[in-house]
Amino acid sequence: MAQKSFRQALNEALHFEMGRDPRVIMMGEDLTGGAGANGVKDAWGGPFGVTRGLLDAFGPERIRDTPISEAAFIGAAAGAALTGLRPIAEIMFVDFAGVCLDQIMNQAAKFRYMFGGRAKTPLVIRATYGAGSRSGSQHTQALYPIFTHIPGLKVVIPSTPYDAKGLLLQAIRDDDPVIFLEHKMLYDTVGDVPDGAYTIPFGEARVARDGKDVLIIAIGRMVQVAEEAARKLASEGISAAIIDPRTTSPLDEDTLLDFTETIGRVVIVDEANPRCSVATDISALLADKCFDALKAPIKLVTAPHAPVPYAPNLEDAYIPSADAVVKAATSIVKR
Amino acid sequence: MSVLQFSREELVDVYRTMRTIRRFEERVMEEMATGDIPGNTHLYAGQEASAVGVCLQLRDDDYISSTHRGHGHSIAKGVDIDSMMAELFGRASGTCGGKGGSMHIADLRKGMLGANGIVAAGAPITCGAALSAKLLGTGQVAVAFAGDGAMNEGVMSESFNLAKIWMLPIIFVIEDNGFGEATANAFVSAGSFTRRAESYDIPTIEVDGTDVFSVYAAAGEAVERARAGGGPTMLHVHVPRYYGHYSGDPDTYRTPEEKAAMRRERDCLSNFRQRVKEVSLVETAELDAVDEQVEAAIGRAVSAARAAPFPPTSALTTDVYVKYL
Repeated sequence: MAQKSFRQALNEALHFEMGRDPRVIMMGEDLTGGAGANGVKDAWGGPFGVTRGLLDAFGPERIRDTPISEAAFIGAAAGAALTGLRPIAEIMFVDFAGVCLDQIMNQAAKFRYMFGGRAKTPLVIRATYGAGSRSGSQHTQALYPIFTHIPGLKVVIPSTPYDAKGLLLQAIRDDDPVIFLEHKMLYDTVGDVPDGAYTIPFGEARVARDGKDVLIIAIGRMVQVAEEAARKLASEGISAAIIDPRTTSPLDEDTLLDFTETIGRVVIVDEANPRCSVATDISALLADKCFDALKAPIKLVTAPHAPVPYAPNLEDAYIPSADAVVKAATSIVKR
Repeated sequence: MSVLQFSREELVDVYRTMRTIRRFEERVMEEMATGDIPGNTHLYAGQEASAVGVCLQLRDDDYISSTHRGHGHSIAKGVDIDSMMAELFGRASGTCGGKGGSMHIADLRKGMLGANGIVAAGAPITCGAALSAKLLGTGQVAVAFAGDGAMNEGVMSESFNLAKIWMLPIIFVIEDNGFGEATANAFVSAGSFTRRAESYDIPTIEVDGTDVFSVYAAAGEAVERARAGGGPTMLHVHVPRYYGHYSGDPDTYRTPEEKAAMRRERDCLSNFRQRVKEVSLVETAELDAVDEQVEAAIGRAVSAARAAPFPPTSALTTDVYVKYL
């Protein structure tokens, strides 16, 4: 199978689906960058190069560089979704969702329910998230718990290039609003990605690694951290399984519960802040439904309850590390 | 705009719709007092000529979005009053199956994209509907109704900008009743609304919202521009608000004299009656007959709503997603 980057996998999905369905349009800041100015086209190919080539392929009517006004264009995307288009709107950094949260949480997420089921909102909001780029507190958050909390939104957090393509195609074909979060530090990661189109259903976790001594549940980029931890644990004779939920809403409770029942020891790795988070949510679920199977307390390895810092040493310390996961796993395996 | 441009039948229809809105609102106020309509409502009474004048220029498949004060716009766009009343009573037969309520009535079959509990939120959504119309080449236009309070929300300015740079077939109708909730517009708005829109190169028309013919004429110009690819227009419509901000508002920030004068001097129904009387087009008796028919229709809507069942408890978790997994 062809080796492709996470960025390339996303780009392929966008190309494929826009070619297949003329109702799919894209809008966002600098999607192409410099479109139309001084004859320069597609100068940036998107802030992270994900949308390169789309302008040439589909033209400025369908690939729309927007003003810097998230509330207006996310709202417009929601309205367009309600009236026959299938928009993909890009929030450059998910941190900026603050200025358009009304349109996400009060409008798009609510249309179907408030209108008594008589509306569809086939909207995808793509956004980058995550720490590691030395960009400080306002460009590096992992805000998926906020969206996961809101009924009506589906929340997708791919961890591999293969999943990125399959989940994005699924997101665009989904008739509900989807928040699709791309970790900035994953764009250059490479993996097997088929050339053709394929979808990955929402609510189906991926078993990234099988094991018997400890279950590591990891979200988004934290899957990489979990894999590094699992290799270290293996060298110490501890066999770790890794589950990647892939979507936090809907959440594949069955797989999480099955593995917890079998293994009985759980570490949850989450880059988001710990309070009211996906980690605490999954932990509560497992404690509620698998208490008797647990052989030790569930351990959470998360960022601290603090904004993401700027200083490199502090930011590195902020992000959950493989060593921290190893320590947490060891503490419950040897208990 | 001359009254004479309307046929007799059209005039009666215009009156019927305005009267329906008025009686719907009055009846809602009465029913609120019984405690059987849950929560609160925001009444449109006094502003009927604005909704009706604008919506008369629209096709069935054109879009509108509304505000928290959405009953009048819904009725003017053709949403069924039986289902609206049932929605206010929270019944399964309501426009939104009882899940929306007064502030969230929507009926996509009528192009009604929703009342909205968030001030100014409908503006960008309506830009999106206008974008759909433009890209799908349907010839539809979209109207975003908003109040004077909405003009101070940032998203309103963002929407003006988006509408203009994308040349969207949209009309922003700013219904200025002088109050954002309980606060007088004069206290909280700098400059002028039309100048704000004009700074985005959006043409504006200022109009007396107690005169349905003036509103109709202004909306006609705006709709024609939008359909011809000429982009957005903003209408600044001056209207009275008969009730307080919401149904429980004692409205103590206006004097009884002020309110009485408003009803006496700025009533769109009286204005209409006067105008048609001047040209002897419609007999007063005929309008009185419309009043009776409207009264009966509203009465039937209330009776049906009261008799209708509430949604089943199982509806609590349906319609969250089209398909969960």
